[in-house]
Amino acid sequence: MPSHTFVLNGRPVTVEAPDDMPLLWVLRDKLGVTGPKYGCGVGVCRSCTSHLDGEEFQPCTRTVKDCAGRSVTTIEGLATGDTLHPVQEAWLACDVAQCGFCQPGQIMTAVALLRRTPNPTDADIDRIQNICRCGTYPRIRAAIKLAAARRPRA
Amino acid sequence: MLDGVRDPAPGPAPPAHPPARPPEPAPPPARRAPPICTSIAPSDIAPSDEGGRPGEAPTTGRRRFLTYLLAAPTLTVAARIGLDAAAPASAPAAVRNTAARTAAAATAPPQLLGLPGIPDVVDLGDAITLACLPTAHLLVLEVTAAGRAVLTLPRLEVGQGLTTAMAMLVAEELDARLTDVDVPLSDGRPELLFNQLTGGSTSVRSLYEPVRAAAAAARARLVTAAAQHWNLPAGTLRTADSAVLAPDGRRVGFGRLAAAAAAVAVPAVPATPKPPDRLRVVGTPTGRIDARDIVTGRAAYTGDLRIPGAVPTVVARPTTINGTLASLDASAARAMPGVLGVVRIPSGVAVLAETFDQALKARNALRTTWHPGPVAHLSGADIRARLRDAHPPFLLPPLLTPYLDGEFDFAFVNHAPMEVLTAVADVRPGRADVWFAAQAPIVAQQAIAAELGLPQGAVTVHVVRGGGSFGRRLFFDAALEAAQVSRAAGRPVKLMWTREDDMRHGRMRPASHHRVRATYGPLGQVLSWEHRAATVRTDLGHGLGEALTGAGFDLSLAGLSLAQGFFLLTEKNPYDVGVPTQLLAEVALDMPTGSWRSVYSGTVRVADEIMMDELARRTGQDEVAFRRARLRGTLGRAVLDTVAQKGNWGRPMPPGQAQGVGYHEENGGRVAYLVELDATDRADPRVTRAVCAVDVGRAIDPRGLEAQLTGTLVDGISVILRAGNHIDNGAVREGSYADFRYARQRDTPPAVEIHLLPPSGPPGGAGELGVAAACAAVANAYARATGTSPRSFPLAF
Repeated sequence: MPSHTFVLNGRPVTVEAPDDMPLLWVLRDKLGVTGPKYGCGVGVCRSCTSHLDGEEFQPCTRTVKDCAGRSVTTIEGLATGDTLHPVQEAWLACDVAQCGFCQPGQIMTAVALLRRTPNPTDADIDRIQNICRCGTYPRIRAAIKLAAARRPRA
Repeated sequence: MLDGVRDPAPGPAPPAHPPARPPEPAPPPARRAPPICTSIAPSDIAPSDEGGRPGEAPTTGRRRFLTYLLAAPTLTVAARIGLDAAAPASAPAAVRNTAARTAAAATAPPQLLGLPGIPDVVDLGDAITLACLPTAHLLVLEVTAAGRAVLTLPRLEVGQGLTTAMAMLVAEELDARLTDVDVPLSDGRPELLFNQLTGGSTSVRSLYEPVRAAAAAARARLVTAAAQHWNLPAGTLRTADSAVLAPDGRRVGFGRLAAAAAAVAVPAVPATPKPPDRLRVVGTPTGRIDARDIVTGRAAYTGDLRIPGAVPTVVARPTTINGTLASLDASAARAMPGVLGVVRIPSGVAVLAETFDQALKARNALRTTWHPGPVAHLSGADIRARLRDAHPPFLLPPLLTPYLDGEFDFAFVNHAPMEVLTAVADVRPGRADVWFAAQAPIVAQQAIAAELGLPQGAVTVHVVRGGGSFGRRLFFDAALEAAQVSRAAGRPVKLMWTREDDMRHGRMRPASHHRVRATYGPLGQVLSWEHRAATVRTDLGHGLGEALTGAGFDLSLAGLSLAQGFFLLTEKNPYDVGVPTQLLAEVALDMPTGSWRSVYSGTVRVADEIMMDELARRTGQDEVAFRRARLRGTLGRAVLDTVAQKGNWGRPMPPGQAQGVGYHEENGGRVAYLVELDATDRADPRVTRAVCAVDVGRAIDPRGLEAQLTGTLVDGISVILRAGNHIDNGAVREGSYADFRYARQRDTPPAVEIHLLPPSGPPGGAGELGVAAACAAVANAYARATGTSPRSFPLAF
């Protein structure tokens, strides 16, 4: 079986898996990294959203082979030790989560958005496609704005 | 008295003798201390705080009424009492309350008086609370030697915030730090009978008093243990921050008292929960206790559990709903890498593999043919026609009286929780363990035991937090399949429905058709209101009927089906609209249906609220004023007034945009939404602003309550505008969120305001309350923005 090496949450990992196995199942079933959630398997719900070389992506529609030699960050790799990422802190401050299942993906999407667009407008936030069936969207919006406002200014 | 315990009045200093031992650490744990376990006697939880609380409106004496019902507990009796209310002189006390309220309504001319409906005097939450009473004393709260207060919760957490609310109750009555409280979910406990059903917005209503009582009793024992240890009068001690405090400043943590407190036979201080004016945790906005686990990805759902040996499993399913397997060739699938087995089960063909990816690929490689399912000859239009034909005729022919008719269609709606159904099963000879998010674990345990031919006690249902539910997890479809597969394959399995599985074969809110007729007089007074609802039969086979029977409701005596009983216990027109009659007709189709957040109210009351708007316009009245004049009770009027004022009702809107309102009361609460909707592009309407006012009696966590009402707003936007399911030749058309168009960020308003009214009584249920009012507000705003009369939902479908 082919072997694939990539960086996962800052550490190199090597895993044996078929080339065409979606990274989501490599993470969940082979590596035990369960922060990225299965919600649809076709890149629509975006519950699995993580980062590939710092850009948001959906591991359910990206093969492990595609990720070889690259850097994958899941929700587990966002905090620094016990120090949460500012977006995670904003999520706590706004008490965003309800069932919580989509929130790892929502947070990873928000982090990527804020990297691209440090002060997102409502229209920018409207372009987020992640589904939240509990309907936490208004608090997601508030948390993104809070995280943006808390960024240290140059 | 209690106040003296919690906040000792100035008085003589306690005896100044040296402590028997240094205050800390004390008392030394001689051996591993047993936790103290508190349970409460049923008599402790006889609700006593429903009337006469300072600052709270008097209530109707519901619980006293229920006590009365216990003696003669049938729906027939309740209905008869409703009629008797016209003669208060001969009615028992509780009935007089109802009669008095009805009489008060007479001061609001020119309405005819409506008879109180069944939910006016006893609703579903009352019934479930009553069913839970005999086992309420089996709730267990432990204080461990490590200082944790552990409430093992016989309910399911699916995002509704119940674990946080219950932790707050424990922290409140124990005077513990919230961070010292744990609320794990209890395994299925058959001895709880009906007291482990999460549904009907009954959890807070049925647990509020028992949990408070348990925590207050635990606190009394901890105080007593500290008093004995210090040789001080218990009445001089206080509790705060998970510790007992002496007047001289000494302090001992609950953990250190846990062993001694377990030996306290009779507490030396009262074990009475705090009166409302002393609550400091309840009513304070609080973040979820599991929020950090969620944002770090540590929160574990069933699919995240690491049960040794449980292998990924998926099931190939028929091409039509409830179809059956005609032929199977699994040879190619079995030969694929990672495949560990192929097993036939009644609902399809299960594939076991080392990873879900391999299981899914092997599933695709199965060669199957399927017999058509029992509704393969039906599509959406056929089902709608059957529903139309199912209505009994209206009772009152209009004759010369003006009337307004409305007919409404609501599509099937999938529950679509984010976490797909997942269950782990480990079936061994003579026993089985099953892990899943179970709203009705006892019923699941019974069914799985029966399926496996095991005694009920040989099956353990481990309840795991759920990633949303909305009613879906009342059913245990995946758990039953997992048990079947595990038995057949002889190994533990982790069985997952794909999103497409749940969309095509999962349960749905049944499609419904509604026929509403209101007759009215020359001054706009409503003379009669008839609502005929016809739905595809809702599967309620998850223990609800047993709970109602356990509460003493013999539906058969009244000639009612379970669904009709449920309908009567929940559906209530909150207005004085003359003589209201509401009937439910069910069309039995062999399809997977189930209760969807707010159940019948999510359609019945939406149709009613649309009719209220149309009736107001027909009679030349303002939609809010029309409702206000007819609402029974001041609490509802306060909610409506608040939403109208905060939402700036009536403000000028540009062409193509409008405001809309919706009101609903149920589960011991009442709520109104005002939304603003932009329908400039009629095919792509958007809610641009939403304001909500709510009174749930008493909010335990206002922040959690706001979250629920935000969620129901988004539900309303979704199911009224875009989210539903089509049936094509016995199959569901939609397959994922790509075509099941639940709202996304852009569909929701940037601004949502939620206004909580001051406490007005005991806590009501909040998880479902908002759906009907939110749906109605969206539909009414669309109607006003477009000048149309929306009749079929979702609108853009």
